[in-house]
Amino acid sequence: MTAIAGVEYTGLTALRGPLAFIDAVPGLAFHDQVELTVADGTTRAGRVLGVSDRAAVIEIFGATDGLTLGSTRLRFLGSPLRLGVGRELLGRTFDGMGRPRDGLPPPLVVEERPIEGAVINPCRREYPREFLETGVSAIDLLTSVVLGQKLPIFTEAGLPHDALAMQIVRQARAPGVEGFALVFAALGLPRPVALRYEEMFRGSGALGRMVAFINVADDSAAERLITPRCALTAAEYLAFDCGMHVLVILHDITNYGESLREVSSARGEVPSRKGYPGYLYSDLASIFERAGRIKGRPGSLTMMPIVTMPSGDVTHPIPDLTGYVTEGQIILDRALDRRGVYPPIAVLPSLSRLMSDGIGAGRTREDHEDVARQLYAACARVERARSLAAIIGGDELSEDERRYLRFGDVFEAAFLKQDASEARSIEDTLSRAWRLFADVPPADLTRLPSELIERYLPRGGAASPSRAMEVAR
Amino acid sequence: MTGPAGHLIEISGALVRARCLAPVGLNEVVYVGDERLVGEVIALDGDVATMQVYEETAGLSVGAPVEASGGPLTVTLGPGLLGGAFDGIQRPLDRLAISQGDFLGRGQHLAPLSADRLWEFRPTAAAGAMVNAGDELGIVRETDALDHRVLVPPGVSGRLADIAAPGAYRIGDRVGAIGNGAGSVDVGLAQRWRVRVPRPFRQRLRATAPMLTGQRVLDTFFPLSCGSAAGMPGGFGTGKTVMQHQLCRWARADVIVFVGCGERGNELTEMLWKLPGLVDPRTGRPLAERTILVANTSNMPVPAREASIYTGATIAEYYRDMGYHVLLLADSTSRWAEALREISGRLGEIPAEEGYPSYLSSRLAAFYERAGHVVTLGGREGSLTIISAISPAGGDVTEPVTRHTQRFTGCFWTLDKRLAEARVFPAVSVEDSYSAAFADLESWWHDEVSPDWAPRRREALKVIEEAGRVRHAARLVGEDSLPDRQRLVLRVAELFEEGFLRQSAHDAKDASCSPARQVKLLSLLLDFYHRGLEALDRGVPVPALIALPVAAALARAKSTYGDDEIAGLDALAARVARECAGAGKAETGGAAS
Ligand SMILES: Nc1ncnc2c1ncn2[C@@H]1O[C@H](COP(=O)(O)OP(=O)(O)OP(=O)(O)O)[C@@H](O)[C@H]1O
Ligand SMILES: [Mg+2]
Repeated sequence: MTAIAGVEYTGLTALRGPLAFIDAVPGLAFHDQVELTVADGTTRAGRVLGVSDRAAVIEIFGATDGLTLGSTRLRFLGSPLRLGVGRELLGRTFDGMGRPRDGLPPPLVVEERPIEGAVINPCRREYPREFLETGVSAIDLLTSVVLGQKLPIFTEAGLPHDALAMQIVRQARAPGVEGFALVFAALGLPRPVALRYEEMFRGSGALGRMVAFINVADDSAAERLITPRCALTAAEYLAFDCGMHVLVILHDITNYGESLREVSSARGEVPSRKGYPGYLYSDLASIFERAGRIKGRPGSLTMMPIVTMPSGDVTHPIPDLTGYVTEGQIILDRALDRRGVYPPIAVLPSLSRLMSDGIGAGRTREDHEDVARQLYAACARVERARSLAAIIGGDELSEDERRYLRFGDVFEAAFLKQDASEARSIEDTLSRAWRLFADVPPADLTRLPSELIERYLPRGGAASPSRAMEVAR
Repeated sequence: MTGPAGHLIEISGALVRARCLAPVGLNEVVYVGDERLVGEVIALDGDVATMQVYEETAGLSVGAPVEASGGPLTVTLGPGLLGGAFDGIQRPLDRLAISQGDFLGRGQHLAPLSADRLWEFRPTAAAGAMVNAGDELGIVRETDALDHRVLVPPGVSGRLADIAAPGAYRIGDRVGAIGNGAGSVDVGLAQRWRVRVPRPFRQRLRATAPMLTGQRVLDTFFPLSCGSAAGMPGGFGTGKTVMQHQLCRWARADVIVFVGCGERGNELTEMLWKLPGLVDPRTGRPLAERTILVANTSNMPVPAREASIYTGATIAEYYRDMGYHVLLLADSTSRWAEALREISGRLGEIPAEEGYPSYLSSRLAAFYERAGHVVTLGGREGSLTIISAISPAGGDVTEPVTRHTQRFTGCFWTLDKRLAEARVFPAVSVEDSYSAAFADLESWWHDEVSPDWAPRRREALKVIEEAGRVRHAARLVGEDSLPDRQRLVLRVAELFEEGFLRQSAHDAKDASCSPARQVKLLSLLLDFYHRGLEALDRGVPVPALIALPVAAALARAKSTYGDDEIAGLDALAARVARECAGAGKAETGGAAS
């Protein structure tokens, strides 16, 4: 492409962390791909992070130990990082840079695409409105996912987020969708966790319609920055060129953020919060905003990144800025997990922002939105009653409050809790919710229009009006 | 221009440097590289120019040519803005989609406004007249919702030598010529204005009228006056964007400029999808006809995000100058500040707090100063009101952007994460919000709506505040041990929250609330409180009062009686009197024991 393509250079002037410095190379372009050959003959990939008429900075993907200034040879490829895409990616496992990791030869590709992707013109986006049924009650009813949404799972170390992710992968379905293509990116996962995922993929039979990109904990931090971009380039091809519905799981965004901080500080950049670079938000957005739908194209790209909140702190820059980019969040809760509730989804702080236009008559059921709102209201009362009980003791509570304490227990046992292999239809989920309402004082069912109450509230179980008067305070 | 003005010597993300052969000016627009990416000179040092590039810079190399445009970055102002969607430097997104397809490409230079479209021009000035800047030359019906006044541009005055006859013109056509000693200036349907320079006006006026939003908690408790600025901080998911969309729909403004500044693509898509189908309650026309979108989403180039709020403000001032009341919604200024921080960092400037440059506060001040209720150059009255969402890191409102915004805006609507999590919307915290405009607006409400507004508002705030104290006590001793009066305050405060503060964006009758209905609802609730206190004196227990059917009716009144059903609220007032008077007698007293 350019004059320098293919020519070899030597003479690194400095090495610092994942960064290498070299004197000016004429014609070298910003973000160009570099191949470094070390004295022992092994190669590393790299990318130009900055160029001037005096020097260039190169970010090295892969181990940097053993690199020397004098003997390392560089070859500039004259183009930005690319990933070969094609249908043959399906069924394959790659490393964090898109090189086969499954011992098979490289797949047949139809095209090489820059991994940075391109920005979808907002005027060409299709507003996501198609309900995706995960078979998990708490998600389907209260934080409904739609095709093309980006909805992260906020979790803590040791919670069963991978089981939940796998359950969603196995069960996800939508009208007219034959089964999802799945793109999985492991970002700095410990090897045993990555292995467990790979086993689960094999066991679930999903392997044939998935692509995996694996960057494990001891792979290079710089490589981790391009792994999600490789995964998304593959996903975009499958979604927008092949018309598939693609679910992308990125695990773990927190490791990604740490790598960004590492590379940033090696470059000597001014940090903002907790040492993370000021562009963390924009950088995360350049990943998450690749989810969506496009007018006139049949496929969709739905993203469920997994974010481990460091010390469970949701205000930590990584979950915080993720929440500012994504369209809601599903929050897993340690206390629920301790009580043996799977999936341990904290209902109140969880949210799906694209829900209201993707549910209701013709999509899920006419009562969906009202039922969700009523359930939220009831859960908020449970929360209040529980915190009050913790302060003044259960005996001091009013009858009403005690009733909500009981409601909370029933809610967890009969609605929230479900087996990791249990797929509930949205109808089943909705009728479970209605059965719960039978225990709510009718005067509190303010979010439900009376027509719906008549149609769906189970008879007999409902508290009688006189009883309601008695307990109303 | 012959040949390039210089060649690149450094590329670092969105920032590039060039050694110049020919002089370039500060803020001059440049075209960088073979693809001619749009950039702007932001610093000069000897023969080295530093430029920010408004497009992706991957692939640029040292030695690439830089071409000077000869002029600064400008906004094109003229008919065709309304209903349009532009990026941060006013590239027309809708027309880019036609020429480039689904993804944004690079190096495309499309004029912001269509050069071919014909506009019906009706002259209103006569040839031979003396005209000054801001005077009207004629009118173009830009949409069925709005007359676009073609004005003499700032800085121009003289004798109107020529004025176009009624007829259809393109924006590039001359519709007037103004002669003065120095020569003659052509005036077209469109003009250009420097993107970061405020447009001049004659004089600032005191704020006297509210910018009505249709949101009870704002209009009644934390009102904003026409021509002032409000900040709206809140953590993620607290409802800033939904509120901005609500304001876009219901606020009583003639023109709305919505700047999606570093936020989500799907949110803009939602607006583009919904706006054409929504009807402006005042004009009966689709809302799109009074709305302009400036959209630089989070994944679009960062320098263009920095420019986007200025592009929006300039467009807004342009319509203000025609004598309109314009509302600028910015979502979110935190992302704009981050763009500033990112560019500053790449420039190697010494940061002040949290990496932000020390000029963050002066930039914020300058932006909010563009709000105002003014007499325009042409002697009309117009206003620009700014409402900006703020996304504090970690929800921490002591961070720099929130804190500085607080200094330059008189009105602060704080969204509370806990309320949002409990799905109490709008999640405006009554304790943490404030407005300095109350005193200025008292007489407007008194004259235009009802003398009850100010006293009722004060009283309601007192009840809410007292309830806060009582709730605290209840948490320590249990509610049952409180005196009756305090227990009633608690229940009434809940009724306030449900029946007044809470307002669903999805409620067909209640998504917006007229000033008259706001006062009525408030009065009804307070009336119930007073009559409840009287009933307590008669020995009626609190539960009996709360169990009155009228209490439930009050909680639902906002969604039962819409803006055109105020008579229903009057009937409800009679019911409040009747049921409270009857409370404690016979049936109700027995049931509540
Ligand atoms: N007035 C309202 N009525 C009903 N629902 C609301 C209202 N305001 C907010 N919500 C709910 O809260 C969700 C989040 O609101 P929104 O997207 O406006 O948050 P935000 O403050 O803009 O967050 P971010 O900073 O991440 O952009 C919405 O998707 C909606 O479900
Ligand atoms: Mg928002």
